[in-house]
Amino acid sequence: MAKTDNNADWNLAPAPESTDHIHIDKRYELFIDGKFTAPSGKKYFKTVNPATEEVLAEIAEANGRDVDKAVKAARKAYNGVWSKISAKERAKYIFRIARLIQERAREFAVIESLDGGKPIRESRDVDVPTAAAHFFYHAGWADKLEYAFPVRKVSPLGVVGQIIPWNFPLLMAAWKIAPALATGNTVVLKPAETTSLTALKLAELIRDAGLPDGVVNIVTGAGATGRALTEHPDVDKIAFTGSTDVGKMIQRTVAGTDKKLTLELGGKAANIIFEDAPIDQAVEGIINGIFFNQGHVCCAGSRLFVQESVAAEVDRRLKHRMESLILGDPLDKNTDVGAINSKGQLETINSYLAKGKKEGLTMFQTDCPVPEKGFWCRPTLFSDVAQSSVIAREEIFGPVLAIQTFRTVDEVIDKANNTPYGLSAGVWTDKGSKIFNLTTRLKAGVVWANTYNKFDPTSPFGGYKESGFGREGGLHGLRAYVNLH
Amino acid sequence: MATKKTQQITGGIDVSKTYKIFIGGAFPRTESGRYFDVKDKDGKFLANMCLSSRKDFRNAVVAARKAQEGWQDRSAYNRSQIIYRIAEMLQQKRSVFLDEMQAMGHSASRAQKEFSDSIDLLVYYAGWCDKYTQVYGAVNPVASSHFNFSVPEPTGVVAVMAENGSALKGVIKAVIPAVCGGNTAVVLASENFPLCAVSFAEVIATSDVPAGVINILTGKRSELQHHFASHMDVNALVVWDASASARMELGQHAAENVKRTFFYDSAETDAPGPEYIIDLQETKTTWHPVESIKGSGSGY
Repeated sequence: MAKTDNNADWNLAPAPESTDHIHIDKRYELFIDGKFTAPSGKKYFKTVNPATEEVLAEIAEANGRDVDKAVKAARKAYNGVWSKISAKERAKYIFRIARLIQERAREFAVIESLDGGKPIRESRDVDVPTAAAHFFYHAGWADKLEYAFPVRKVSPLGVVGQIIPWNFPLLMAAWKIAPALATGNTVVLKPAETTSLTALKLAELIRDAGLPDGVVNIVTGAGATGRALTEHPDVDKIAFTGSTDVGKMIQRTVAGTDKKLTLELGGKAANIIFEDAPIDQAVEGIINGIFFNQGHVCCAGSRLFVQESVAAEVDRRLKHRMESLILGDPLDKNTDVGAINSKGQLETINSYLAKGKKEGLTMFQTDCPVPEKGFWCRPTLFSDVAQSSVIAREEIFGPVLAIQTFRTVDEVIDKANNTPYGLSAGVWTDKGSKIFNLTTRLKAGVVWANTYNKFDPTSPFGGYKESGFGREGGLHGLRAYVNLH
Repeated sequence: MATKKTQQITGGIDVSKTYKIFIGGAFPRTESGRYFDVKDKDGKFLANMCLSSRKDFRNAVVAARKAQEGWQDRSAYNRSQIIYRIAEMLQQKRSVFLDEMQAMGHSASRAQKEFSDSIDLLVYYAGWCDKYTQVYGAVNPVASSHFNFSVPEPTGVVAVMAENGSALKGVIKAVIPAVCGGNTAVVLASENFPLCAVSFAEVIATSDVPAGVINILTGKRSELQHHFASHMDVNALVVWDASASARMELGQHAAENVKRTFFYDSAETDAPGPEYIIDLQETKTTWHPVESIKGSGSGY
């Protein structure tokens, strides 16, 4: 077998996705009652391309009065139209949204990468098609809900408030809006302040789909806007995806009210490699687990557990593979690792790198070139990490991997479960009985065996313990949006 | 010591029972040494119940946590038989429970109805143990080449405040759906009718229920509820018949570790159902690749 020449020049010519066909307005208003409406506080904030630090557009900041207006519009639409039309007509609207996303998929993908910094390959192949698939899947549920909840009578909740993060802006909007509409609710959605653009483009598209005014409202802004939504007395349910700290605040806010609540919060997933795993595939799984979307993934495989007998080999192959990752222009089709979503997030990640080094951990970073402008973090791993290390305990939300080793199955299960989080986990082994032992005993809502970071509208997603409660996707996800009698 | 006037044995005085609490399969009195007394409908002394402390609760949570994995690992069939066994053991002690309920003020007919409802509840949930995973599980038709399935799994340790208006049925409603689903439970019995909960613990102790799976405390809700809600190693909180203000306060405490929190109203929810099991379950979804033989070009 020919030896690979590791010194060969692997620099690829730039292959940037064209932005000619993309139209971004200078300024975006709030989407309330079917119309784009100026914010009552007349305040706007800038949204920045994290790869260039250039301002892309100005986004309206919704205050309490705007949120109130949006909730009233949603209530009116619920009472007047959405709860009255037949389920099969509701389904058709949602199918339409799915189709319109597919038609404009490339535009959405480019804007997602411009605004959020994620590689175009991911926004094009994962975020946007999966968002369309979520609408398509849930559309079909609208007139079949009685089959989802046998023996029970199903009714919608009313107006739902939804707050989403910046890591998968369009996809999270789809995860939230699609099941809410299919079950007959109306929506007020608040996107994350650094990534509002695709949600506002989605608003245009929802208008084009002819959805009745007020069925979907989109209010942009930061934490204060979200708080106004969670505190609004006429909201029947809050669905939140974001950090565990904010999730706890929301749970406290909602306590004692009749609001329903689902939380999809942080994670610190264990990705476990056994000695009998197919090591090459496992290394790909580690890479995908932690560097997908720059590690801005709540279910990222940020704690790697390698069985001692293969630790040296995995370490060598992993570092080799990491060196081949291309960091840079998110719009370049060759890019593997894009820009960190915001300056603030980069500072957070860097503070963890400093803490890790201060703890005396061994840090490895690839030596790929980093663009001068923009927010970047090289793929990073820490080895010799103790369970007590901050790098192993806290969610970093960046391309930073903590490596630990183990000897026995029981040991790794204990270590993997020794965290307040419980969103996801990965297991790599060729032995089926071992997989089922692990998948049964890992306290995590999603377990990927011999794969990682896979998502599908039919597959329920959500956490154990402090990673939140409730599921999104699949039949199980519908339950969060209905009253059962 | 409790004195019992209803069944005098000829030629001697009764040997009355000291009512204890039930933690980790053992029957201690409260570590605090405190008590509250229960009187019959005529105001005569019945028993000195344990006024359980925060420390008792914490001990019970430790016992429940220790027992949880083993209980979850029991086969569903085995859990089902154990819960059925509780019904068997309870049935033969019918007169004990009827006496206790009547001593606490139940009419004879109310006591009989509550007892037979309690038996029915146990038998009903015994049957659910090996069925709810099929009803609530799924194989999910994902669009990629993966086998993907979701199953309900127990949340973990559940802390429950039983309803106040019931002597026996309330404590069964409080714990059985939780343990049916592989959770372990710590329950605070009805403050008004606490005797039967302790006698029920004695039934559990002889029903092959592993130690720590069900832990029963007596005491004051007002004293313990905040600890139930804020304990960091409790995964779910269930409170029957909470006041509006308690819902808010306990809900806020429960947020500290993102507890699953359920407030049930005994007046509204008389019919049993699998929902009480499912509320205390997590959905776990597992993915595994499916080899695409055609796609890979290999063949066998």
